Amino acid sequence: MRTLLSLGLLKGVIAGLAGTAVGMALTMVVRSALGYPAWQPDQVTLAGTLVGIPAYLAGVGAFSAWWGWVLGKGIEEPGGHHFWGWTRYFGADPNHKVIGIQYMATSLVVIAVAGIYQLIARLETSQPGLQFLSPDTYNSLMSLHGIMMLGAVLLGVSGMINYLVPLMIGARDMAFPRLNAFSYWITVPAVFLLLFALPAGGFDTGWTGYPPLSTKAPLGMQLMILAFYLVGWSSILGGVNFLATIMKMRAPGMGLFRMPIFVWTALATAFLQIVFTQFVGIAFLMVLLQRVLGLGFFDPAKGGNVLLFQHLFWLYSHPAVYIFVLPGLGVISEIVPVFSRKPLFGYRLVALSSFGIALQGAIVWGHHMFTAGIEEWLRIPFMVTTMLVAVPTGVKIFSWLATMWHGKISLDTPMLFALTAIAVFLVGGLTGIPNGIVPTDLYIHDTYWVVAHFHHTLFGGFVFPAMAAIYFWFPKVTGRLLNRGLGKLHWALMTVGFFVTYEPMFWLGLNGMRRRIADYDPALGLGPMNTVVSVAAYVIALSMLVFFVNLVASAWRGTRAPANPWRSRTLEWQLSSPPPEHNFPTPPQVLGSPYGFGIPGSVHAVVTPAGGAGEEKGGLGRVSSG
Amino acid sequence: MRKHWIAVIALTIVGAALLALLFLKVPLVPAQAAKQAAQIDTLLTVQLALGGAIFALVMVFLVYSVIAFRRRPGDTDDGPPTEGNAALETVWTIIPLALVLSLATYGGIVLRDMLRPPPGQELVVKVNAMQFAWLFEYPQYGFTSPQLRMPVDQPVLLRLASRDVIHSFWVPEFRVKMDAVPGMEKHLRITPTVIGNYQVQCAELCGLLHWAMRAPVSVVDGAAFQQWIAEQRK
Ligand code: HEM
Ligand SMILES: [Cu+2]
Ligand SMILES: [Cu+2]
Repeated sequence: MRTLLSLGLLKGVIAGLAGTAVGMALTMVVRSALGYPAWQPDQVTLAGTLVGIPAYLAGVGAFSAWWGWVLGKGIEEPGGHHFWGWTRYFGADPNHKVIGIQYMATSLVVIAVAGIYQLIARLETSQPGLQFLSPDTYNSLMSLHGIMMLGAVLLGVSGMINYLVPLMIGARDMAFPRLNAFSYWITVPAVFLLLFALPAGGFDTGWTGYPPLSTKAPLGMQLMILAFYLVGWSSILGGVNFLATIMKMRAPGMGLFRMPIFVWTALATAFLQIVFTQFVGIAFLMVLLQRVLGLGFFDPAKGGNVLLFQHLFWLYSHPAVYIFVLPGLGVISEIVPVFSRKPLFGYRLVALSSFGIALQGAIVWGHHMFTAGIEEWLRIPFMVTTMLVAVPTGVKIFSWLATMWHGKISLDTPMLFALTAIAVFLVGGLTGIPNGIVPTDLYIHDTYWVVAHFHHTLFGGFVFPAMAAIYFWFPKVTGRLLNRGLGKLHWALMTVGFFVTYEPMFWLGLNGMRRRIADYDPALGLGPMNTVVSVAAYVIALSMLVFFVNLVASAWRGTRAPANPWRSRTLEWQLSSPPPEHNFPTPPQVLGSPYGFGIPGSVHAVVTPAGGAGEEKGGLGRVSSG
Repeated sequence: MRKHWIAVIALTIVGAALLALLFLKVPLVPAQAAKQAAQIDTLLTVQLALGGAIFALVMVFLVYSVIAFRRRPGDTDDGPPTEGNAALETVWTIIPLALVLSLATYGGIVLRDMLRPPPGQELVVKVNAMQFAWLFEYPQYGFTSPQLRMPVDQPVLLRLASRDVIHSFWVPEFRVKMDAVPGMEKHLRITPTVIGNYQVQCAELCGLLHWAMRAPVSVVDGAAFQQWIAEQRK
């Protein structure tokens, strides 16, 4: 009980709830004093969260270090904790490995909830006719599925980058460890807000929240906007941290072109997070002000412009899809060389391609608005810029193929997931072409074609790579191996489940199935195919169940992992599993490429093997040579 | 070493051909009922066939490598240390660029044809979208109807407007769609080519009953249309 009460999370939640109640009560008092009815959902809850969130953060301890510094107490160096000391995962801890695990675990929880929402919604659409959900509930489940999944992806991306980047570049931690903890802890109330959104009436706008609909949607909309805000804030702060870490904290000898590709993708991601997130912040701020104070940004009757929101929204949300997928593509670039025992083909071009994608992604947002009525001529330049993405993504895919060609390929679980990811992402890219070419987009926009397309990009660019990453780095993170048999079962079920769920959606879209509908006309003849989709969706769910069982069972009972089970060359594998509290006792000396497989005498780095606590002896060599 | 290349190229050609056949022979799209639909379907088929070829290429290389270059048990050596090839990398940068730019050009030409006002007089219909219904106003004839009726082979200009939130006009058989945006008027051109009954479906999420926001659309011959007009004006 004592331990439980000392958990930052619990203290935070209690303080947060109390703060919210105070904020709400105050607003209601002021409103009645002014002669208005006390209850006005949007204003009252907004004031509640504005008080509740800082109270929560104070309770968690996200401010304690800074507050101590203000009081002139100095900042105590954390450390000396044990990896398996579980309490540290429930409070503000500045260690990047702890934060990485916190992000990843939160992400998986949110993915599970969002997945369950859509599994319920899919039961409804498995046949024509309204089965058991009201259209209202369907819209809310579908919208929450979308926004929670995307939030979970942002968390997962931060998780992977947090855990891996400092290790891969030979740093002790992130550049700003306390800011890092802060960035994680502001996402937790976002998760709570999203969970509350359903009981608060949900919202019926989809994840995109277009006004005017979103200015009229129930209270759930406002909770979603606030959650979006917190996650966006976290994303910007995270980006600042990643950028500073990668630019300033690299070990001696780690030139930019000696960094693992994953670090390159993290750098491009950081750039996108810092530059673009504020656009969507402004867009939703305007919706919020229209809801709470009645301003007329998107109300034509008050001189507002409805399309303005879409421009601002996609100015972020298109680059955001690259925040979602670039780190995943980086993971593939790490895994393919290791399991092919060959250097990454065309390293420099692959490294730069991430920046190609990031820059290109900044000038294509109009392709989401081809049917929205932007200037007719403007559609042509947006079509051309959109098409350009084929070049840098092509570079990545062809490089992976060339890396495998004549390699010595072993199909361990991480590699299996990476290969499925390549196939799925490829289909996502190819089916995006008709969305980018204006006349065909006028046909397939807002249909299940689009639903199929973006699930291919998200599963291929994030979900499958994240699974690959978990199977690959789990031994490093926990010091234990994941069960192989269960891993392969998970892979087989998920791969088959994925293709059977999503390929039919292309056909559905072409044949008149609009997206975001609770029901469809039986005369369209779409029933049987929808049933196939729904059944297969449950196969994906089953595969995730196998995965969660494997995670828990292996973390608890799995075989002990050696330091470097996959014979990889990057820096994190030259440390014990799990790595020591502060990674490298002395900075490693980087001498060459991280992918020099088979090159005689090639060495990535020399790591001085001073023993940290729990240091594993007899790993497969601390100094990697070909 | 040459045998690998021959095998991979042969398999890619077979795979691409099979996929192209699939896209050409299997009916993937609903019947066409407008001039715009024919052009769009051809454009889509070209993209599918091209995409199929690229898919075949990548998947053949991937699966072939996994089978032919698998690591033998007990082999802990590394593979040949090829780190890159400038010529090859240039080729796979330039070819995709050329392909997508040609597609964009083709798409641009189709779009230009679709936007160009046809010669002769257009039938104008003002489409009023609202949560959750459609109303069709015929300003040239001075009446409003809950269904959209058009004479076959007559170019129609739809002037889309919304009374509340964003909606989107879509008849799958006509292919094209366009949003109805509050505070603005958007245009969509359609020339129906096949007599029959269709349905307009709202394609932009507009709230509670979005899924049910449909209205009948019928394409009739010129005489029947004139008769309908006469009845409506009475
Ligand atoms: C079992 C796994 C999944 C299934 C069966 C599934 C199914 C669906 C379906 C059927 C829709 C369309 C709903 C509609 O338009 O009415 C949808 C929407 C969406 N899904 Fe998923 N999905 C899954 C996983 C994911 C994942 C992993 C992500 C993100 C990484 C994701 C992101 C989205 C987004 C962003 C939307 C759009 C919501 C909107 O229209 O506003 N989904 N999903
Ligand atoms: Cu986009
Ligand atoms: Cu609608």
